[in-house]
Amino acid sequence: MSKIKQLDSNSPTGPIETAWDRHRFGLKLVNPANRRKLKVIVVGTGLAGGGSAGALAEMGYNVEAFTILDTPRRSHSIAAQGGVNAAKNYPNDNDSIWRLFYDTVKGGDFRSNEYSTYRLAQCANNIIDQATAQGVPFSREYGGTLSNRSFGGVQVSRTFYARGQTGQQLLLGVYQSLMKEVNRGKVKLHTRKEMLDLVMIDGKARGIITRDLVTGKLERHYGDAVILATGGFCKTYYLSTNAMASNGASQMRCYEKGAYMANPCFTQIHPTSLPVMGPFMSKQTLMSEALRNDGRIWVPKAKGDHRPPNDIPEDERDYFLERRYPSFGNLTPRDITSRAIKQAVDSGHGVGPTKVAVYLDFKDAIKRDGLTTIKEKYGNLFDMYTHIVDESPYKVPMRIYPTAHFTMGGLWVDYNLMSSIPGLFVGGEASYEYHGANRLGANSLMSATTDGCFVLPTTVSNYLGENFKTLAKIDDKHDEFEKAEKSVKDRITRLLNIKGSKTPNQFHKELGKVMFDYVGIERTEEKLKHAIEEITKIKQLYHKDLLLSGDDAMNIELERALRVEDSINLGLLMARDALERKESCGAHYRMDFVDDEGEAQRDDENFCHVAAWEYQGQSEVPLRHIEQLKFNNIALTKRSYK
Amino acid sequence: MSSNTMTLYLQVWRQKNSNEAGAFSNYEVANVSPDMSFLEMLDMLNEDLARQGLDPIQYDHDCREGICGACGVVINGEPHGPGKQTTTCELHMRNFKNGDAIVIEPWRVKAFAVLKDLAVDRSAYDKIIQAGGFIKVNYGNAPEANSLPVGKDVADLAMDMAACIGCGACAAACKNASAMLFAAAKISHLALLPQGQVERKKRAANMIKAMDELGFGNCTNQGLCEDACPKGININAIARLNREYLDSILTCNF
Repeated sequence: MSKIKQLDSNSPTGPIETAWDRHRFGLKLVNPANRRKLKVIVVGTGLAGGGSAGALAEMGYNVEAFTILDTPRRSHSIAAQGGVNAAKNYPNDNDSIWRLFYDTVKGGDFRSNEYSTYRLAQCANNIIDQATAQGVPFSREYGGTLSNRSFGGVQVSRTFYARGQTGQQLLLGVYQSLMKEVNRGKVKLHTRKEMLDLVMIDGKARGIITRDLVTGKLERHYGDAVILATGGFCKTYYLSTNAMASNGASQMRCYEKGAYMANPCFTQIHPTSLPVMGPFMSKQTLMSEALRNDGRIWVPKAKGDHRPPNDIPEDERDYFLERRYPSFGNLTPRDITSRAIKQAVDSGHGVGPTKVAVYLDFKDAIKRDGLTTIKEKYGNLFDMYTHIVDESPYKVPMRIYPTAHFTMGGLWVDYNLMSSIPGLFVGGEASYEYHGANRLGANSLMSATTDGCFVLPTTVSNYLGENFKTLAKIDDKHDEFEKAEKSVKDRITRLLNIKGSKTPNQFHKELGKVMFDYVGIERTEEKLKHAIEEITKIKQLYHKDLLLSGDDAMNIELERALRVEDSINLGLLMARDALERKESCGAHYRMDFVDDEGEAQRDDENFCHVAAWEYQGQSEVPLRHIEQLKFNNIALTKRSYK
Repeated sequence: MSSNTMTLYLQVWRQKNSNEAGAFSNYEVANVSPDMSFLEMLDMLNEDLARQGLDPIQYDHDCREGICGACGVVINGEPHGPGKQTTTCELHMRNFKNGDAIVIEPWRVKAFAVLKDLAVDRSAYDKIIQAGGFIKVNYGNAPEANSLPVGKDVADLAMDMAACIGCGACAAACKNASAMLFAAAKISHLALLPQGQVERKKRAANMIKAMDELGFGNCTNQGLCEDACPKGININAIARLNREYLDSILTCNF
């Protein structure tokens, strides 16, 4: 047991309101002339990656930015619909930085670090100012000021939005600023390049090996620090609201090089996505949480009621969220909502052809506010629904069901967002920071932007300032680059030569089914042990029976095969983490740890910590290190939304 | 949800890389569910090809909900296929009938080289943005957001213009392979807002210069771009682009 470490997050101490300012003052600086001599590698170009690349370039560093997509403007930050939180208190409803901090910590069920979460709440106001200056067309009131709306888990209106495309607009702001720096020659942009290994020299992150997705060529890129901002890994569940490229492969590359993976079992299953339409389905489109401001969730009171929804009279409907959680009604946090929906379906009240869905109804909102208002607020979401389901939510209620949406877990980082590998920084959804065991709606754009635009530029500079004199002069001929490139090459050859009978997609679907059924909304010790067995079988079979068509040049199947291999290992780690966390908290709901009313039962005595896993080899059990969490500013209380 | 599956006859453009000539290949795809998306149908075809030991069809895709702009192919001559304001990933197979023949091609635009099969290089759009599609404001020093009121009508119109997803359908639909609607959307978005005023003239001139140099054609008012745009960007944007450009070259000294 002596191998188990107590990790130090290097958080400041003392009054939390001034902690970030005091901490920043203590950080090292690099003078402008020396910044020109340093190079930062940034993997991922969403709000966290694109933001930090742009910000560091503005400061004068040389930046090389990498994306697996054909342009940074498509990074998955683009898909966030509903909004971004900030405690501007424009609506005068008694919001404050402290309240945003409090809501985020409580929403995360007390499994996040107080000091970093406070910093997040502080930086949020700056995001709104910055984005507005970049020309982000936020929705506005007739008087010209910015509009706000409400999201789940809070009782104030603090969500800023650009119709239902807030993520897109924030990302385009960040993208345009990044393009400005490309034009200035400070950022070298690499598109369609996938990071396949991290290169470490003298124990520090110094570069990456990438595969050019067009030519298949492996390339070596070196720098003085590496930022990983490659998003979350919901594709481990195969079906999710996420884009197809939202895999954890880059985190797993770093994990296998020694970076710790923190709380991988904390996955948010979003309550309102479209239900599964058939076995061919490749993703489940999200219907924004904003819809729950006006939509009411219900099922028929009678089990197996086959009548069309509009034929079911009001007194035969069960608005189960309003009934169970009267204070928050339809705006309960996502984890609680997802469980309530699953319970309604599991108890025989499901609706639609598959009976695996509940209704989200806008009838009352349309009656109250008129069709025009509802159309203006949600038109694009309603259109999206109609494209997919071929029904109009203006006329019949939407059918929705929970699916994987966001991974609160990710690579472990300290207060400076540096991983357990010196020189490897992680930002946005790729890291585990801020959201604890459950993320509140509109907090993801907030955290990715904060990391990218405000925190990483400061803390990466500190690292470079500290190490400026001692970082070895290297180039890509270094032995470590040779070794890393060879191992990537061998891995590709190995996969291409298995010549089995099952495609990467088939394996991925099998993995996803195990993950959703056994490491999903409701978990038990038995289910998790079963999941570990099943995923281990999938892993063994993958190495024997993978069928991969095409060659090692541009090849959509080879891209998938590499990512699925990492997803399988990540799935295994997620199940293992869920098994070891013997409590229920936030999205991690263990049916074997509940109170008398069936609500989640936290165990603060034994599990008030972050679990950070250290890789020990392909067939070894990883080590579970611990970062103890302390709550000095917000009392550890039972989270209740009743 | 329907249970009647279809058999479709596809003609797909296959091209090994940018340097080699391409040609159409024929594929029969059975068991297509009307609830499938177009890309899910291509996924299914690729699985079949893999089992036959054949090279998979390359196409770009990511979010599969119409917002990232990665996907886009020409379907029976129409960019993103039939249906108003839909991307290829949002197109569902219920728009086709059992026995239909479907011709699938990449964007045909001089400035977008075919990389392989249906995937094209759209970095030219990034280069147009790099030429001036931004507001030069550095991180860390922005003024309080509400200190600059913007009328709701102006903000809404700017949002209409900012909705562009950079998919390339406008250029693919245009007989001149023009990027006018793309550039016009960004020029309009930033010209409408007070934040965009300082660099307004220079921005229009530089972006249009880049567009010409990259090999995109000019606008001859056919309107096909507007028709193909999955985000419904109005062709009035091009009128605004022309005004901005004229104002820029007549009054700006740089």
